[in-house]
Amino acid sequence: MNMASLLNSILVVVLVMNLFALGASRVHAVIRIVAAQGAILGLIPLLAPQHLTIPALLMVVAAMGIKGAVIPGIMMRALRDAALKREVEPLIGRLPSTILGAAATLLALLFAGQLPLAGPHDVVLLVPASMATVLVGFILLTTRYTALNQIVGYLVLENGIFIFGMLLVEAMPLMVELGVLLDLVVGIFVICIIVNHINRAFSSLDTRQLSSLKE
Amino acid sequence: MALCMILLPLLMAAIALLIPVGRGRPWRPWLFPLTAVTQMTLVVITLAGGTLTGIGLGWLDAGVSGDWLVLDPPGRIVLLQVSVLYLFCSFYAVGYLRYRKETANRVFCACLLAFLGAMNLVVWSHHLGVMWVAVEATTLVTAPLIYFRRTRESIEATWKYLLVGSVGIAMALLGTYFLAYSLVHVGLGAPLTMEGLLAHAPQLSKPWVQAAFVLLLVGYGTKMGLAPMHTWKPDAYGEAPGVVGALLAGGVTSCAFLVLVRVTHICQAAGEGVLTSRLLLFLGLFSMIVAAMFMAAQRDFKRLLAYSSVEHMGILALGLGLGGPALFGTMLHVLTNGLTKGVLFLSAGNIHRAYGSKSTDQVRGVFRRLPLSGTLFFLGFLAITGSPPFGPFISEFAILTGSFQLGRFAVGGAFLVLLLVVFIGMSRTVLRAVQGRPPVTAGGSAPVRETLLTILPPALLMLLVLLLGVIIPAPLDALLKDAAAYMNSLPGPGLGGLP
Repeated sequence: MNMASLLNSILVVVLVMNLFALGASRVHAVIRIVAAQGAILGLIPLLAPQHLTIPALLMVVAAMGIKGAVIPGIMMRALRDAALKREVEPLIGRLPSTILGAAATLLALLFAGQLPLAGPHDVVLLVPASMATVLVGFILLTTRYTALNQIVGYLVLENGIFIFGMLLVEAMPLMVELGVLLDLVVGIFVICIIVNHINRAFSSLDTRQLSSLKE
Repeated sequence: MALCMILLPLLMAAIALLIPVGRGRPWRPWLFPLTAVTQMTLVVITLAGGTLTGIGLGWLDAGVSGDWLVLDPPGRIVLLQVSVLYLFCSFYAVGYLRYRKETANRVFCACLLAFLGAMNLVVWSHHLGVMWVAVEATTLVTAPLIYFRRTRESIEATWKYLLVGSVGIAMALLGTYFLAYSLVHVGLGAPLTMEGLLAHAPQLSKPWVQAAFVLLLVGYGTKMGLAPMHTWKPDAYGEAPGVVGALLAGGVTSCAFLVLVRVTHICQAAGEGVLTSRLLLFLGLFSMIVAAMFMAAQRDFKRLLAYSSVEHMGILALGLGLGGPALFGTMLHVLTNGLTKGVLFLSAGNIHRAYGSKSTDQVRGVFRRLPLSGTLFFLGFLAITGSPPFGPFISEFAILTGSFQLGRFAVGGAFLVLLLVVFIGMSRTVLRAVQGRPPVTAGGSAPVRETLLTILPPALLMLLVLLLGVIIPAPLDALLKDAAAYMNSLPGPGLGGLP
């Protein structure tokens, strides 16, 4: 199997995980799916042997560690502290939102065909996979009511952007990539602290309770 | 110089964290003025063309990458504005934290100090990736500042700020990647620095540049608070302490605007001037309309200021969209708006504290009860709505003249009408608050004293705003003209726009 088809198979797995994330009912499960997705994505740079330098390997380790272990760890901790009693039904049910996600994936595949791509990128699914994952992230963000589910949506969105970043291995210096990852970790950390305080003040992670500030 | 300015506040933040929890509380805030005065000194040296070597500290500059950290002309304006605002806010913060003796301030102090470092990084960064990291860093360090009061409302505000801000900034990251891909697509291996992008701008892949600009505008527009991405703003500004509101409305927004200026500059150089101008004008006018609508019936005077910020970000986007002769006024407006927002938020903080409320249902007769804060708040209102002889009048007038010089009469006319509507809407709430008799019950019976540390900073800022309306000093004029010329230049083969 050549590199392009191997990469494409990985991306298909990532796309399927998007749909699983939309369909899973328990927050634990969703966090695990997104952690696995992040870890798989971290592997992608290994598929381009011509880029296998020490900085690239460092990047692989950092991305896999952060997306696959550190962030899920922070979120699981927040979940444990919150002692979630029951799941809140999303705005759009799980099956309909899975179908919506599949439709978004299809749209992304069609749309990406319209974009001009550099020669070697034409055969791989990086651009449509990236856009589909970003769209699924948006679906999760807008249709889920609990704080942790919304963070998962944000992570899926970030994973989608990360996939696009794979096209830019040469253009983006390591320092910047690491900075992006660092910002992501600190961001999730700060958000989880706030989630903890939401839980203490409102005894729930349902963000519909956060509605006292309005015109 | 760059590294020094970025690392010094971070070092101070570390010191703030190291100061023992209990005993250190009263004097930890004095780190703000110390940092701010050092920063101001460094800024003056930098703007006067000096270097660290000139003052015998050259070793601090060693090892700085040449093209990542560069101070371009628009950056000079923002650096000056942010530093002046931070200087006055730093003294106010000391006074403010004296009222909050019982509250732990370790995280607050560390975050407020690190915030300056993050803003400096935005201003100095000339690499789009670094710029993104820096803007995101400003979001993260300001979140705990909004949450300082630990009320249910402030949690809600912080949550919305983080979520909307993070998603917006994620769009900016995707836009940055698209812009990088526009280089890769045409087979260029140039770095993502301003110089690299500007030098190759005409060759960039057009569809990717267009998509990148839309995403970057949405992303950094969210940080600026352009409508319709402004939804976090009234909540965050309303719940944050006054001094944080001042630094958000005059610091974060200016930094986000600076990044937008740079991005627009690249896209214009890539030949997408028509698209950028159209989108910026649309978002600018839309922000002004939305702000005018929500200001009309606003009872909460801090939320009122938030919508005023939406309006002024709209003005900045409008000025940038007009381009050409309007750019001088736009850059001046960064300065005048940022400083006036300082006056308004700091005096509003005093009023809020004295009345224990920010609704005009309770807040009446501020002139009688808090004569100094009330006067400053009122003068700040006159200034921000563009009344002569204050600074914003000059900058808004310059943008208006620019639009007429360009023949954009419809845009100029709409701008003028919206300014008038905003003036009427804002005056209702402000007049309701400052006039009349103070209610007897509000804030208990103890008379509220206005202290030097919470009055002098907004008063001096007000003086600066007035001075900017009367005269623009020659060195500042030169800086503004440089910035406008830089933004007007179209680099490329034979044009040579870079200084």
